[in-house]
Amino acid sequence: MTNALSQMLESRDWILADGATGTNLFNMGLESGDAPEMWNDKHPDRIQKLYSMAVNAGSDLFLTNSFGGNAARLKLHGAEKRANELSRISAEIGRDVADKAGRKVIVAGSVGPTGEIMAPLGALTHALAVEIFHEQAEGLKDGGADVLWLETISAPEEYKAAAEAFKLADMPWCGTMSFDTAGRTMMGLTSAEMVSMVEKLDHPPLAFGANCGVGASDLLRTVLSFAAQGTERPIIAKGNAGIPKYVDGHIHYDGNPDLMADYACLARDAGATIIGGCCGTMPEHLEKMHEALHTRPRGERPALDEIASKLGAFSSAADGTGDDEAAPRRTRRRRG
Amino acid sequence: MSDEEDDIILSELDDEELVQQMFDDLYDGLKEEIEEAVNILLERKWEPYRILTEALVGGMTIVGKDFRDGILFVPEVLLAANAMKGGMFILKPLLAETGAPRVGKMVIGTVKGDIHDIGKNLVSMMMEGAGFEVVDLGINNPVENYLEALETEKPDILGMSALLTTTMPYMKVVIDTLVEQGKRDDYVVLVGGAPLNEEFGKAIGADAYCRDAAVAVETAKDFMSRKHNQGATG
Repeated sequence: MTNALSQMLESRDWILADGATGTNLFNMGLESGDAPEMWNDKHPDRIQKLYSMAVNAGSDLFLTNSFGGNAARLKLHGAEKRANELSRISAEIGRDVADKAGRKVIVAGSVGPTGEIMAPLGALTHALAVEIFHEQAEGLKDGGADVLWLETISAPEEYKAAAEAFKLADMPWCGTMSFDTAGRTMMGLTSAEMVSMVEKLDHPPLAFGANCGVGASDLLRTVLSFAAQGTERPIIAKGNAGIPKYVDGHIHYDGNPDLMADYACLARDAGATIIGGCCGTMPEHLEKMHEALHTRPRGERPALDEIASKLGAFSSAADGTGDDEAAPRRTRRRRG
Repeated sequence: MSDEEDDIILSELDDEELVQQMFDDLYDGLKEEIEEAVNILLERKWEPYRILTEALVGGMTIVGKDFRDGILFVPEVLLAANAMKGGMFILKPLLAETGAPRVGKMVIGTVKGDIHDIGKNLVSMMMEGAGFEVVDLGINNPVENYLEALETEKPDILGMSALLTTTMPYMKVVIDTLVEQGKRDDYVVLVGGAPLNEEFGKAIGADAYCRDAAVAVETAKDFMSRKHNQGATG
């Protein structure tokens, strides 16, 4: 299957993705607690500006403003019936910005988690999750997205449900998970386990990787571990610009543009092909990242201590992929 | 495991062995076994409060520590909490009847705009696992919901959770409102959620930021013991 992203992946050895959506929209006046997706309809000019800022900063690919645009999430705002529509508009605005960019820019239709726990632990069934993701996928497809972009997922079951939905929509896709708990996802999945899950999918993503989580260092450790599994599939790195701080009534991320420039090059050296930011990553960060990827030569695969010295310490000693992992404290007896 | 490990008959274990077995069964999330063991201890004339603290809270403390240390993850903790709930369901009316001491009470909810309640639910379960009474306001709470619940429930602790960059500033809205109304010092305010950190918690005026559900329980216990000490001296 050829599409805009697979063509770009064939011709380029790195692709700069975009930065934050929420952080940037706050700066444009989004109120805490409001759904960003409502702006697709109410303030299309601001969404157009959001996309343009990434494109102007050098991004080759940007995500649509549809992260919370599935029915499960929109329900909270009484807009569960608008999942398809709001997602479609987010992609239409994106298509327009990309087509006027004067160079090839990929529109990636963002799909975030449902926010619910899947059965049997939780209430969300596989069939319903597929339906929810499928509805949003069709909207993004109709709006002209080049690829779908699943992000910030923590449960493997949810990742698989999305993959199935994207097959129903007949769309190529990328999918990242968030490794924020001792180097694993909240549900306990390790980076190595994600690689093996991805390779077993019936409709695998064009690229896979990690986003958000806890800071740039942890994210790169995850990328190193993906690469160590020997996968040929392109790896995505979309880390936060440092750690959030509350300054003068708004959230500020402490990772400055120079640090993110180092992060971008280290991500490429670690084995990532699609490199971007997540929360806190503003146009000025993207510009520095773009410049650094353009001008600095590729380096050796970085060691963990090099990453820590350049970007800061890791949040946990290990990430669940080593040999010296702590074993369950209690021996599990099975009965009956 | 091997076949030679025959079925363990819970009723044949002495008290100490049974409590150890309950620790294992909580760890493995075996709800029916926990319910059976609670009933056995009741038959053996254990006080409901002793079953709660020594067996259930004791077992959940181990689960909490391994969760904190990155040995157990959310799926295992959810199963353990579910097993704990089975035991608590039996004990709850008996605890009320026997006038058992109250560990503490918490009102908790995710803030306006945030529907991510997985972390909040974990905190609720772990707090219940530690013997706290928890009033769960669910998701997407505007400041009015918190105020109303504080008024009617009179808890010791207010817990707020936010998972998104777009919703975390709302915690400050709630705290500022409490300050305005002169109610801030009536409650211990704990905040949590993936994008937060200790500095953020301090900056918005919370008493503490709790990194995960296990830390939330430890922090809550700590504040409660300080409160009791104050009560004793003051």
